[in-house]
Amino acid sequence: MSVLKYLLQKEFRQIFRDPSILKIIFIMPALQLIIIPLAADYEVRNINLSVADHDHSVYTQQMIQKIKSSGYFKLVNYSSTFQEAFTSIESDKADIVLEIPANFEQNIVREDHASLFIAVNAVNGMKANLGASYLQNIILNYNNQIRTKWIQFPPIHPQTNIKVAVSNWFNPMMSYKYFMVPAVLATLLTLLGTFLTALNIVREKEIGTIEQINVTPVKKYHFILGKLIPFWILGLAVLTIGFLIMRFGYQIHPVGNMLIVYLFASLYLLVILGLGLLISTYADTQQQAMLISFFLLMIFIMLGGLFTSIDSMPDWVQKLTWLNPVSYFIDVIRLVVLKGSGLSDIKNHIFVIIGFAIFLNSWAVLNYKKTI
Amino acid sequence: MIKQNVIIAEGLSKIFGNFVAVDHISFEVAKGEIFGFLGANGAGKTTAMRMLCGLSTPSSGKATVAGFDLFKDTEQIKKSIGYMSQKFSLYEDLTIRENIQFYGGIYGLSKKQIQDKTAYLVDHLHLQNYQNSLVKSLPLGWKQKLAFSVAIVHDPAIVFLDEPTGGVDPVTRREFWELIYDASERGITVFVTTHYMDEAEYCNRVSIMVDGRIEALDTPNNLKKTYNSLSMDEVFLKLARKAARGE
Repeated sequence: MSVLKYLLQKEFRQIFRDPSILKIIFIMPALQLIIIPLAADYEVRNINLSVADHDHSVYTQQMIQKIKSSGYFKLVNYSSTFQEAFTSIESDKADIVLEIPANFEQNIVREDHASLFIAVNAVNGMKANLGASYLQNIILNYNNQIRTKWIQFPPIHPQTNIKVAVSNWFNPMMSYKYFMVPAVLATLLTLLGTFLTALNIVREKEIGTIEQINVTPVKKYHFILGKLIPFWILGLAVLTIGFLIMRFGYQIHPVGNMLIVYLFASLYLLVILGLGLLISTYADTQQQAMLISFFLLMIFIMLGGLFTSIDSMPDWVQKLTWLNPVSYFIDVIRLVVLKGSGLSDIKNHIFVIIGFAIFLNSWAVLNYKKTI
Repeated sequence: MIKQNVIIAEGLSKIFGNFVAVDHISFEVAKGEIFGFLGANGAGKTTAMRMLCGLSTPSSGKATVAGFDLFKDTEQIKKSIGYMSQKFSLYEDLTIRENIQFYGGIYGLSKKQIQDKTAYLVDHLHLQNYQNSLVKSLPLGWKQKLAFSVAIVHDPAIVFLDEPTGGVDPVTRREFWELIYDASERGITVFVTTHYMDEAEYCNRVSIMVDGRIEALDTPNNLKKTYNSLSMDEVFLKLARKAARGE
């Protein structure tokens, strides 16, 4: 036991003596947690709109006004020919062209029927798609508004309307921050844990101190525990900082019990530290360790459900995500923070993650050799 | 008095794929002896030494180190030996005191023993003013002396030194060898590889490896007689030129 004490003492001394490591551990995740959720926002704003107006009537002015005031669109070009409006899409100034035909107002008033044309720049598919549907909604809304003005107190509404009332549970404002911040935190913890463990051990290989340790009677499990325990503690510290930023920076009040997240995170950290350890037993240089970690983590994060929903992935990819520890942690942290899930709800997640921890760490220990 | 042998190697070999790095070497090293292990680059010195330290498993042969079987009792051997590798292997981001404390600690010394050792080493190596400086701030020669002292912090039966004085100035090399003599007087067997032939003269006995085999093994004086040479340098050149292996 006392050997372990000396190993831990040494490890902590080295960590706290290296200012760059401390910055990487404590400042970088905090900064990223502050910046990334702002960038990873799925709400589409600032859609550049170009209008080709052949009508120039009061109605078109009202409609454009309504579109502008929605906050989603920026009118970048207002012209009287479609050609001119379309040039603005070609030159990438506009994302959407709204063409208003001549006699638009007249047609609505006299014939009770008018059509509009929307041309979308689909290079950015998401922006185009959402932009077009926002635009349609706004126009529909405007249409309803003018119609109700004409027909006063009709016995029966001329158009049968089915109104759907949607109520968003667990994230009532549909704010992407609620969705992203906990998941980004989970991802950052994963990156940090894997990289730090892998690089730390490979660094000892590179400078040759690991060989010095290998000629001493230090037991394999002592050495490994001496490496895992410090990073486990640091991981929980980073998690705590992340939660503070989440709570006070983003005003996200966790619905569930944070102790459950800590319990899960403490098991999860064993998985990712085990992964780092495993990588270090295969890599001889820090470059190798970086590349292997990067490759694996890239897959884990892409398939982790951070940016794209796992439920909308193809069936076989969904099955692949079962092998991805990151997806379990992102799931748990979202469930607890947003939905307030309890221990019994994430029981399966816990079992799976314990399985991962045992598997990866045993593999790493078996592969770690004191001799060549 | 019968000399007690602390290292006995019989037909020890190490083969990497098709390459025979160490080819059936046999020798004995007596307790308290300073044993020089010479050879050109690539002759197999480091591989042989790593096998004796339990860092590398021999492909064939037999050996006992400090009375323990090299195949069965590797962990027992590790308690009885010290090792200083070619690469400097103290922690540069720890202070002198912290390094002594760490290595003392993992060799299982008590707190009291560590304190005494630290005080003794700091005094002995004249490091009073530097004991709380980081090791990386020390000049190379001092680092090497410290590394040696740390390698024997647990008073092992044998210490293995792999080119301990590479890149060190002549004065410091001299001081380093004084440390080696001190250790030898305390009964620690010293197994040392070197490329400096003047250092070979300081050894009790010297073996010269060529292409993975031990070509000569005797006291420096006898070797000079056998090979009809004036210096160890000449002996070494005569033997090493036979090598077929390049670097």
